[in-house]
Amino acid sequence: MVIDGNPNAGSITETFSLEYLRMYYGKLFPYTDMFQWMSYGNDGKHPGCDLSFFGRREFSFTLDNDIYLRFQSFSNLAEMENSIKEKCPFKIDIGPVYSVDPAKRHAYSQGGNSVFAPVERELVFDIDITDYDDVRYCCSGADVCLNCWPLMTAAIKVMDVSLRDDFGFNHILWVYSGRRGIHCWVCDGRARRLTNEQRTAVANYFHVYKGGENSLKKISFTGAALHPFLTRSYTDVLRVIFEEKLLCSQDLFASEERYQKILELIPDETLVTELHEKWSGNKRSTTLNNDRWDHLKHTLQSGKQKVQGLRRCVEEIVFSYTYPRLDMEVSKSMNHLLKAPFCVHPKTGRVCIPIDPNNCDDFDPTSVPSLSELLEELNAAGLKAEFENVSEIEKTSLGKSIKFFRSSFLHPLLKSCKEELERSHNAKLQQSKNSLNW
Amino acid sequence: MEILRSHRKSIGKVDAVVPNLLLYRTAPVLEVRLDEFEIYAIDRLKVLKGISDALSRGKKPEEMEKLVDDLWRMHMRQHASQNTNKDIISHFVLRLVYCRSEELRKWFLSMETTLFRYRFRLESPDSQRILMDEFNLPYKALTHAEHESVKDKLSQVSRSIGSSTNFDSIFFKVHFEEVPELVANRKVFMLQGFAYVAMHQATALVVTQFRSLLSKSLVLTYRKWTSTIREQEKDRLTPIVEALSTDYLGPNYSQPKDNIHITLKDIDHLANTSFPLCMRHLFYKLREDHHLKHGGRMQFGLFLKGVGLSLDDALAFWRDEFSKKVGLDRFEKEYAYGIRHNFGKEGKRIDYTPFSCQRIISSVPSVGNHNGCPYRHFSDENLRAALGKMGVGGRSLDDVMDKVKNHHYQLACTLTFEAIHSSSCDTGINHPNQFFVESQKILQSKNQTAS
Repeated sequence: MVIDGNPNAGSITETFSLEYLRMYYGKLFPYTDMFQWMSYGNDGKHPGCDLSFFGRREFSFTLDNDIYLRFQSFSNLAEMENSIKEKCPFKIDIGPVYSVDPAKRHAYSQGGNSVFAPVERELVFDIDITDYDDVRYCCSGADVCLNCWPLMTAAIKVMDVSLRDDFGFNHILWVYSGRRGIHCWVCDGRARRLTNEQRTAVANYFHVYKGGENSLKKISFTGAALHPFLTRSYTDVLRVIFEEKLLCSQDLFASEERYQKILELIPDETLVTELHEKWSGNKRSTTLNNDRWDHLKHTLQSGKQKVQGLRRCVEEIVFSYTYPRLDMEVSKSMNHLLKAPFCVHPKTGRVCIPIDPNNCDDFDPTSVPSLSELLEELNAAGLKAEFENVSEIEKTSLGKSIKFFRSSFLHPLLKSCKEELERSHNAKLQQSKNSLNW
Repeated sequence: MEILRSHRKSIGKVDAVVPNLLLYRTAPVLEVRLDEFEIYAIDRLKVLKGISDALSRGKKPEEMEKLVDDLWRMHMRQHASQNTNKDIISHFVLRLVYCRSEELRKWFLSMETTLFRYRFRLESPDSQRILMDEFNLPYKALTHAEHESVKDKLSQVSRSIGSSTNFDSIFFKVHFEEVPELVANRKVFMLQGFAYVAMHQATALVVTQFRSLLSKSLVLTYRKWTSTIREQEKDRLTPIVEALSTDYLGPNYSQPKDNIHITLKDIDHLANTSFPLCMRHLFYKLREDHHLKHGGRMQFGLFLKGVGLSLDDALAFWRDEFSKKVGLDRFEKEYAYGIRHNFGKEGKRIDYTPFSCQRIISSVPSVGNHNGCPYRHFSDENLRAALGKMGVGGRSLDDVMDKVKNHHYQLACTLTFEAIHSSSCDTGINHPNQFFVESQKILQSKNQTAS
């Protein structure tokens, strides 16, 4: 591959290859930003810095031919950059910060004293669209399209607001996982220091959609009211996305097989029969989905339905079809690995770029920059003089993503890390002064 | 060393409230006779075992409260004079017994915490407050203005959890990290990192504190055990301690019984005759989909190991199925490791033990997973169909479904066992591998009488 030669010579055809990846790591991967992020302010000259901090973080690499290297660690930016460039990993995972350098864990574990333990880790969430296969008809498995992506948008909106307003977190990064879902990194100091038990509690707070293959009803609300978090999620996000997007884009009521699945969620047989009779034999119409949904709502919510179980049925249906389905295990423990942002997915060639939660409606997974596009952009830019003083990454469509990463996530995060460092350092100084006085 | 309370009934002193409940913060300095050491521990174990059984039957909090009270009276309070000492001694003996592996610690922690929770609930409000003070809980009552601003939300939460407390009761503002249990079940209003805890929920604060202190102490006890106690006491306490844990937890089925081995060609037949429903289901799903997700692979794989399938046969078995779906290559790369891992041949090299009913019942199968306890996790309809395929019908089927309705999952499984073997099972089913062993016993004796 030639970057600055004749553009025809380097025509880019495949979506992914080791060669492309090597170019990507050589020219585009944002090492400095990743290093600054993972250092959380511990890379400066402030006397309160913990200089060993970054070096205790576990990275793990998945190489070509599925070789898996765990417990990689780097003492500084250059070491990380060189290692990534040299090994050219298909996937980079980020693990926790351990009590000691994970690469030397064996040396520390001698004598049976297990000092090697995770001490800090971002609170992370992983949501895969494959877990929604029973409520989407446009795609299945790892495929996504603009018709089912609103399910992910709903997840972002529900969780982002709650993480901020309910839990009080501020430094939250949403990332497209490169193929079939989204990741979330909550990076506030308080989030990073949560114990496994506390992580499990947060994950459970969000865990509404329950049950394996064999239970019919995955969501059931039994209380006299919904928790304020659920009410807010329902009125602000889920109902809107269900009625304005999914109802029609997924044709949820278009065929008997599909509406039957919804009717199964209604515990009253008379009503189900009534609705079923009304709908079967109904002619095609452009507003079929909306009509039937309105009809269902009207039937369930009309004044005469006093049955306890039916009161929440409309909400239950909407939640079943839209509420975020988390991969719980990922969030529950500190030492679960999660793919680093800005990796490239080997199957799609797409970069794991940040998603702006405030504009997540505009995010289009099918137009995320892919490796081949980026390399072409680099080729094209190489020929233009106007780009001379611009870094490589900003010459490409990845530039927008990295700018967003910095301005909305990294810089505010580093600012608050610095403040926190300052505060705890001063507190320590104060303490030692006091003990001197004594 | 200090004992928290000299527990004398305060005769005459009207104002002194002395809680019956101990926090077990420091080990007692007491002379203990060796036989008491063991008897006390066994009595406490009976209480914990009773709690454990009740939990796996899915008892409701109100039932639990009564049960714990009864168990405690029955086993720990035979002689009014020794209450406190017996409580302290038995607790610390069992700490030694149950500190010695992750699995044991988990069980003990969970049972002791449950015991503490219900005993705390039985205390008077005054002594509850004293216990809270002793834990130095950082709770702060809401000011009137704060309360006014979130009043509606607080009452909404109360209604959502079906709580009868009128919403002008006292609320505390607590960092959410302090009350993971309340957060997990959405039982508190959350705002900007604070959980708004109602007075009656404060139990959770105390319980969490108790749990985390005990959890830490167990790890410390373990260190002391391995570094000094085990060696020092090798002729005196060590044998008692080691016997106590196995006697009362029941066998863990990590090794097949009497070195019975089964081979690949037996599996189909055995699945039909001697697998409990949870394993049958996983087996047939595997045959159908040629795939199981992680939860199912663990639950079923460890079961097979426990009934005596060798590592080589296990690899062959899983390979045979998975390769039909994901191909041989992916199987070797992605799944074979996990199987060897279960046999303790990879990673931490722990020989993992098959899951007990309690563990399976309390698991939460996620989307696309087939693990878990069918009696608990299946819908009515699916469960009836599955039982029908096992040959359970008519009256027996209704009996099983009745147990399920009342959350007695293990009893439901026991009834199933009795129905398909036409033979009683007095011990009850508490482990899938036990189901298998008992079933084989019956079938073999039938074969012998037949021949």
